[in-house]
Amino acid sequence: MRTSVRTGAWVGGLLGALVAVTLASATIGPVEIGARSVAEIALAAALGGTATAPESHRTIIMSIRLPRIALGAVVGFALASAGTVMQGFFRNPMADPSIVGISAGAATGAVAAIVAPVAVPVALPVAAFVGALVAAFGVYALASEGGRTPVQTLLLAGIAVQTFLGAAVSFMLVSAGRDLREAIYWLMGHLHHSTWTEATVAAAVVLPGFLGLLAYARDLNVLLLGEEDAHSLGIEVERTKRLLLTVSSLLTAAAVAVAGVIGFVGLVVPHVMRLLVGPDHRILLPTSALAGAAFLVATDTVARAGAAELPVGIVTAAVGAPFFLYLLRKREVHAP
Amino acid sequence: MTPAIEIDAVSVTLGDTAVLDSVSTTIDEGRLVGLVGPNGAGKTTLLRVINGVLDPDQGSVRVTGQDVSALDSRATSQLVATVPQSTASTFEFPVRRIVEMGRTPHIGRFGTRTSADRDAVDEAMDRAAVSHLADRPVTEVSGGERQRVFLARALAQETPILLLDEPTSDLDVNHQVRTLDLVTDLVDEGRTVVAAIHDLDLAARYCDELRLLHDGRIRAAGTPESVLTAATLEAAFGARATVTTHPVTGAASVTAFADDAPESTTATVHVVGGGGAATPHLHRLDAAGVECSVGVVSTDDADAETARAIGADLVTVPPFAPVDDEARATVSERIRRADAVVVADVTVAPGNCPTLDAVLGADTPLVVVDGRPVDARNVAGSRGRRLVSRLRARGIVVDDDADAVVAAVRRAIDTPPIHDRSPYSP
Repeated sequence: MRTSVRTGAWVGGLLGALVAVTLASATIGPVEIGARSVAEIALAAALGGTATAPESHRTIIMSIRLPRIALGAVVGFALASAGTVMQGFFRNPMADPSIVGISAGAATGAVAAIVAPVAVPVALPVAAFVGALVAAFGVYALASEGGRTPVQTLLLAGIAVQTFLGAAVSFMLVSAGRDLREAIYWLMGHLHHSTWTEATVAAAVVLPGFLGLLAYARDLNVLLLGEEDAHSLGIEVERTKRLLLTVSSLLTAAAVAVAGVIGFVGLVVPHVMRLLVGPDHRILLPTSALAGAAFLVATDTVARAGAAELPVGIVTAAVGAPFFLYLLRKREVHAP
Repeated sequence: MTPAIEIDAVSVTLGDTAVLDSVSTTIDEGRLVGLVGPNGAGKTTLLRVINGVLDPDQGSVRVTGQDVSALDSRATSQLVATVPQSTASTFEFPVRRIVEMGRTPHIGRFGTRTSADRDAVDEAMDRAAVSHLADRPVTEVSGGERQRVFLARALAQETPILLLDEPTSDLDVNHQVRTLDLVTDLVDEGRTVVAAIHDLDLAARYCDELRLLHDGRIRAAGTPESVLTAATLEAAFGARATVTTHPVTGAASVTAFADDAPESTTATVHVVGGGGAATPHLHRLDAAGVECSVGVVSTDDADAETARAIGADLVTVPPFAPVDDEARATVSERIRRADAVVVADVTVAPGNCPTLDAVLGADTPLVVVDGRPVDARNVAGSRGRRLVSRLRARGIVVDDDADAVVAAVRRAIDTPPIHDRSPYSP
């Protein structure tokens, strides 16, 4: 009972924070639009009324800023929830969504699509998505033996595959020629030119996946005690691991496919939320997801607020890494 | 009786090592069965086979009549609960949350806790005496408390079978006894408990039956008295041991020693005892392969019983009778023939003064145990005090510790009396 009340309070508070960040972010840009107008435009669009704001403002909010904010929220949501699951699953504080080679696989697919001589529409996100999943399942297959997948082997196989794919990406970059700039920009993580379609497609993968993970929150708690303990408490350990890995890989792949490699959201946000709400995944998972969404929307606002737009991945890493080091020095971050 | 656990020809090989080698045993319902044996004997592996964590390479395990390998882990976890040996924990779940995890087998994926679940958790925490820790993070309680938290988790699981892997290894004596008393209560209520226990005395005292494992095989099975014999223990542990009856609990009590028998076991030592003061030293000397004689003591003295138990030569007088000339002559002869004499921490009374005189009258190397202060154990007045100080002046004085006594005996035998070495001595 107490857990559900606490969860409700935290989720409510973080939803409020996400709405506030969204409104604030939508007011910021080359054209100044007040928070009132933003709220009016958004409500009118949602409920079918007419807003008093000028047509140009409506276009800026509904076609440029809000789709970008929505995509940022979905990507942050996906990365933070996948990161939470990976850290719990691997019982390793340095685990993040890219640990099993997902980001490296996506990068390989995306850069291959960018440097390919023939341009195919929507080839880039599809190639990134497929690359991410192929890499994740490759790592899983390499680490499995006789129906068991030891977590340590999985980590090491992930690192080896990441290194190998990193070499492949570097090789393609060296021979990229004119496409080099676009490829590097993609690799740094970005949310510009976002569309409602991208946000909707990503959300269609992320939200059901997240609900699936949430249904396994209790199992994830028990898995934290160790696999033998989990087994003696009735968890089908290997099946649960497979399922958690598959779903969090799907979430990460969807995020990376539309936004490139955005670091630190999946690493730092779960750590901070674990400090605030404790290790129980029934509350940690939803709060991390919402905090990740708000965090990425906020950092993307910073990324695009300057004179020259920065890839958001630079901002998340620049903000996240020092903060993580601060927590580390204060001994606030331990293995989950 | 119904068998709760049937293990049939189970073999487990990990790497190249056969950890369990065709192990078969049956554990009846409502019994407390201890698994004993040296480290690496396969005790933990046997528990992991019973709770289904490990699939045996060969053979089968049946729990309440059902084949474990055919059950899914949820079904197994409703029958068997396990208290793990290592309960190190790095994440800060509150104690109550850990105990609640014991309800996992009873709650569906989308189910919520019922009042039955809460009652089970409350009762389990109460019985394991961890209720007062409910809101503390499990990372901040002591090792012993954590072990009881995990015992509470297993109780909350409400299974007919409970497996304990070294349930008392992190506990102080008080909590060891309380934990095992609780386990005994659980067995009385009809649960079946299998516990790997390295403390043989605790195993003998609490278990209905024991299984002695060694090199992946069951070497002995049955009541503690039938399993814990000097012969089986020496074979399994490679150590000499004596098995006696514990004076208070009446259970078998094991004293093991490193296998340090001297190469020649021809040494004989005469021990002056009385009132049980010599008993630990006699066991230790016997285990070290020393031939003992004991006396003069009264026929019903505790030391006389020990002497009979280890087959030592015994010089006795009837209870309350003084040491007569015949007894004095016999004991003097034993003392002269012995390679060394040990005077235990005996009460010096008029009755044993003749014996102590005989010790002083011989040249045999002497070891004097220095236990209680002289005045606390002397009831023979100034004569007794004089005897004690002369004994202390002549012999090697050691603490009342069996190992120290054996070491001193060795030294005394290796070092001949001074006048034997000196050419100028008469």
